[in-house]
Amino acid sequence: MLELDAIDAGYGGFQALFGVSMRVSTGEAVAVIGANGAGKTTLLRVISGLVRPSAGAMVMEGTNLLAMPAHRIIEAGIAHVPESRRLFPRLTVRDNLRMGAFTPAARAGFTRQLDYVYMLFPRLKERAGQLAGTLSGGEQQMCAIARALMSRPKLVLLDEPSMGLAPVIVAQVLDLVHRIRGEGYTVLIVEQNVRQVLKVADRAYLLEVGRIKAAGSAGDLAASDAIRKAYLGI
Amino acid sequence: MDCQLDMFFLEAILNGVLLAGLLALLALGLNLVFGVIDVVWICYAELVMVGMYGINSAYKGGLPFPLAALIGIALVAIAGALLHLLVIRPVLDTRPINQLLVTGGVLFFLQAAATMAFGIDFRNLGIRLGSISLFDMNFALARIITFLVALAAMLALWLFLTRTYLGTAIRAIAQDRQIMPLMGVDSRRLYLVTSAIGGGLAGLAAALMVLQYDIYPQIGLQFGPLVFMICVLGGLGNIIGGFIAAFIISQFIAVGSSCFHTEWGYAVAFLFFMLAIFIRPQGLFGGK
Repeated sequence: MLELDAIDAGYGGFQALFGVSMRVSTGEAVAVIGANGAGKTTLLRVISGLVRPSAGAMVMEGTNLLAMPAHRIIEAGIAHVPESRRLFPRLTVRDNLRMGAFTPAARAGFTRQLDYVYMLFPRLKERAGQLAGTLSGGEQQMCAIARALMSRPKLVLLDEPSMGLAPVIVAQVLDLVHRIRGEGYTVLIVEQNVRQVLKVADRAYLLEVGRIKAAGSAGDLAASDAIRKAYLGI
Repeated sequence: MDCQLDMFFLEAILNGVLLAGLLALLALGLNLVFGVIDVVWICYAELVMVGMYGINSAYKGGLPFPLAALIGIALVAIAGALLHLLVIRPVLDTRPINQLLVTGGVLFFLQAAATMAFGIDFRNLGIRLGSISLFDMNFALARIITFLVALAAMLALWLFLTRTYLGTAIRAIAQDRQIMPLMGVDSRRLYLVTSAIGGGLAGLAAALMVLQYDIYPQIGLQFGPLVFMICVLGGLGNIIGGFIAAFIISQFIAVGSSCFHTEWGYAVAFLFFMLAIFIRPQGLFGGK
């Protein structure tokens, strides 16, 4: 579905990614794990067009993403749930969801898709008229995921969905990830919470200082000594 | 001091309310542009002046007033879009002071251009709408029409902002600029549309003002500072705050003028403004 080939990217003079190649196939849940500052967020920002790579190729179902401006990439079927959720705090939950359906194709199916995400997350329906800034952390993450689903994407990018949440809520949020997977969405998730994310992912890539250091099935990575020592604290 | 609770006093208050409608409309355009683009159009009142001249020329050229007014609105909407494309966009990523200075430059440019084109004479359309009497009070019909049209326009804009995708995006972009591409929003296009709407509101204000005021190249200086004061008092970019501030300031002007002297009305209003800003630098209704 999505293929990255030898991507270099950075900010100004600072290079954050070095020759990153990866692949996400339809129906998979793929995790990118790594320490703080490894380039995980940059990787997702490259895929959704917020950061332009300086070299490499990036193709989504035959479409060259590098030829598209950032605001068109959502039309290729990629929805990005950004780090720390980034809801519009002074818009209602419903208006946040409306923003998720901004593209012409998504507008046409707004009512149906709204019913669908309300069915998936009944809590959001109860909170529909409430300002997004007043939701609890877990509810905000729910709303951010629902906003991404409003564009009817094929691939959902999740950036640190557990960040800043209480441990109890983290498990709930990762359960949400599990559920949207069950709904048939392909998922690419970036997490520092390695132990939890390897439970919901099929495959994973380990990113270290901007380079892919290991790749494999989630089970294999969870069992590998290097990862157990560095990230699982065992 | 001649301030009694009589019909004249009530008349002053009601005239203040009528004035507030126009000032609120002017503040709305400026706040909308600032809220979305984060740039203050210092030349906002001069765009209104351009609209007034445009309507005057169209009307004197033989067009009926409503058509002349529509042409004026379209003219200033285009001027707003051009202002963004030619002047704002090139300096959008530079320091805010640069943005203030370039729009300040446009202010003087437009004043000079109007003086070159139309001279310094006072012009007016020569439309006399008369006034209506209510008890012992007189109200100019032009002011009443202005108030009602301004209110209707603000209601229409409110519905646009709350009921449409584009309007929702306009409210959203002020809250988080960077993630707009993730929603599929082209910020450049949104800025352009907002500039045209801001210009259109200035054009509508022009269409209402030509019914009450003479037109001359420096007319912007007469109400421009007042509009900025209202926007800052309400919290720059805060549309509802600007609306309420317009009603507060116009009461100071109307009642101050009635109790003291016309010029004192403005002095009292500015004095109140300064006190309010000392106490709440972010504006009465500013959140940040």
